[in-house]
Amino acid sequence: MSKADGTIKIGLEVHTQLTSLKSKLFCSCSSDYRGKEPNSVVCPVCLGLPGSLPVLNKKAVEYAVMAALAFNCKISKRMFFFRKNYYYPDLPKNFQITQYDKAGGVPLATNGYLYIGEQGKRKKIKISRIHLEEDPGRLVHLGPIDQSPYTLVDYNRSGIALLETVTEPDMNSPREARVFLQKLRSVLEHLGIFDGSLEGAMRCDANISLAGGTRVEVKNISSFKEVERALSFEIMRQKGLLERGVAVKRETRHWDATRRITVSLRTKEEEQDYRYFPEPDLVPIELSEEYINKVRSMMPELPDDRMKRFMSSYGLPRYDAGVLVSSKALADFFEECVKLYNKPKDISNWMMSDLLRYLYENNLELQESKITPEKLVEMIRLIDEDVISGKIAKRILPKIILTGKPPRKIVEEEGMMKITDRQVLSELIDRVFSENPKAVKDALVDEKAVHYLIGQLMKKTEGKADPSLAAKMVNEKLHSIKKKT
Amino acid sequence: MKQNRKTHICREEVEHVAWLAHIKLTEEEKNLFTEQFSRILDYFKKIDEADTDGVPPTYHVLDLVNIFREDKSGKSLPKKEVLKNAPRQEDGFFKSPRIV
Repeated sequence: MSKADGTIKIGLEVHTQLTSLKSKLFCSCSSDYRGKEPNSVVCPVCLGLPGSLPVLNKKAVEYAVMAALAFNCKISKRMFFFRKNYYYPDLPKNFQITQYDKAGGVPLATNGYLYIGEQGKRKKIKISRIHLEEDPGRLVHLGPIDQSPYTLVDYNRSGIALLETVTEPDMNSPREARVFLQKLRSVLEHLGIFDGSLEGAMRCDANISLAGGTRVEVKNISSFKEVERALSFEIMRQKGLLERGVAVKRETRHWDATRRITVSLRTKEEEQDYRYFPEPDLVPIELSEEYINKVRSMMPELPDDRMKRFMSSYGLPRYDAGVLVSSKALADFFEECVKLYNKPKDISNWMMSDLLRYLYENNLELQESKITPEKLVEMIRLIDEDVISGKIAKRILPKIILTGKPPRKIVEEEGMMKITDRQVLSELIDRVFSENPKAVKDALVDEKAVHYLIGQLMKKTEGKADPSLAAKMVNEKLHSIKKKT
Repeated sequence: MKQNRKTHICREEVEHVAWLAHIKLTEEEKNLFTEQFSRILDYFKKIDEADTDGVPPTYHVLDLVNIFREDKSGKSLPKKEVLKNAPRQEDGFFKSPRIV
């Protein structure tokens, strides 16, 4: 399932909150709604009370233009907001203020692209359009949605500025979809307009079709981590149907993250049922060339440029640089480390291998872990100062990530300092030799058996013996035996 | 002259519109609305008679563009006010029927 497959086509509709905004899209309610009491960050506008009027957040437009430029889009000179009418409790007005690309509607920007890097190959994912819209409120169900006796509604999220990005069906595997989302997130985070570590800040719907099948939409993929899982399930389901000769129905399905399946939504709403029409309460927006240029001049360094800089300034291989800039947090962490200790390649190696593997296996974000640049650098210094071996470093790294304890303290508390005392090592070697007489005999003629003896010594010292000293001393001892015989 | 045919809204369309709005209609209402919807649409058809060739579409009646507010957060409504008109509520939430 992880391999890119030309017979699978995936397109995404990604919703990202512009989390750096201080207020909502059309009213001055605070955008800081997470963890707040239900319905405590609302006003007549985002509650849709009669007579209230929306006024567009200027900064939201600026952020959206930044995103459009970063996605290489063509920005519309003049655009409007539209009403998308639907009767559902998540929006109290019975319509969502959004933008539309039909019926004379013009989205904020169109025809862009982003490159994703996978296994050293670069792939272009086309972006059909991006636009601004308001986030609906949050619905709380008791148990699964189709079994809940009623719905509870919290409008704190209602009216939060959302950026919707619609791609062409250019992705051929669930993994590519995940990598694309990662790229999108990294770009938006580099722009400083989005923080993907906030819960629910990035959500997406996906269109999936298999050769010989038809397009199915999967809604409610509520995180970045879920996308691969949801898509893999849906592809398996469709493949199963096709193999049994059953036609895939064109439909909308709902991703149930608890049961890890997609379920049919049986919606009878079609596009025309949304009865889109221009929002009369908001005036058109015109973006001048001058304005767009001004925004362009304020754009910070983006991941692709940062990757090139990592290669040229720090001498990192392309692959390493690409992995590091795939997340802004990761790239920032790396540069902080380099500032503290100018050993970019060592730092990158530790991050790319053990640190990332641990985070990935435990489904953790870097920000969720307790490790800091100071602590990683301290650990690398301990290796360079010959206090611990690389092997021991591998063992303490998970402890640093989990507890945030300073590496030196962990090493001291657990007695993990490298054993460099010749006297101590000599005694241990004597024991290893007397316990393994056959290996000693073999070692006199066979290099492999020498390694076995060194391995036994490392085992006895739980990896703490200084590896080069240990090898040297084992060989010395063998040499003296040889002389005697 | 543009089209001048009478509109015929059928009963199923009325039922569909009612479904979209989550409104239950009686049989009499369905009959009444089927006839009224057609008449309303016919009335608006008068607009089709105007010659609009070469006239750009109007998306807004005001001659204004770019009305913005600065990104500053202000006060929200007190919670008591928020839930004042809610027919049903629970633990600070609005309570609504489940819609799937």
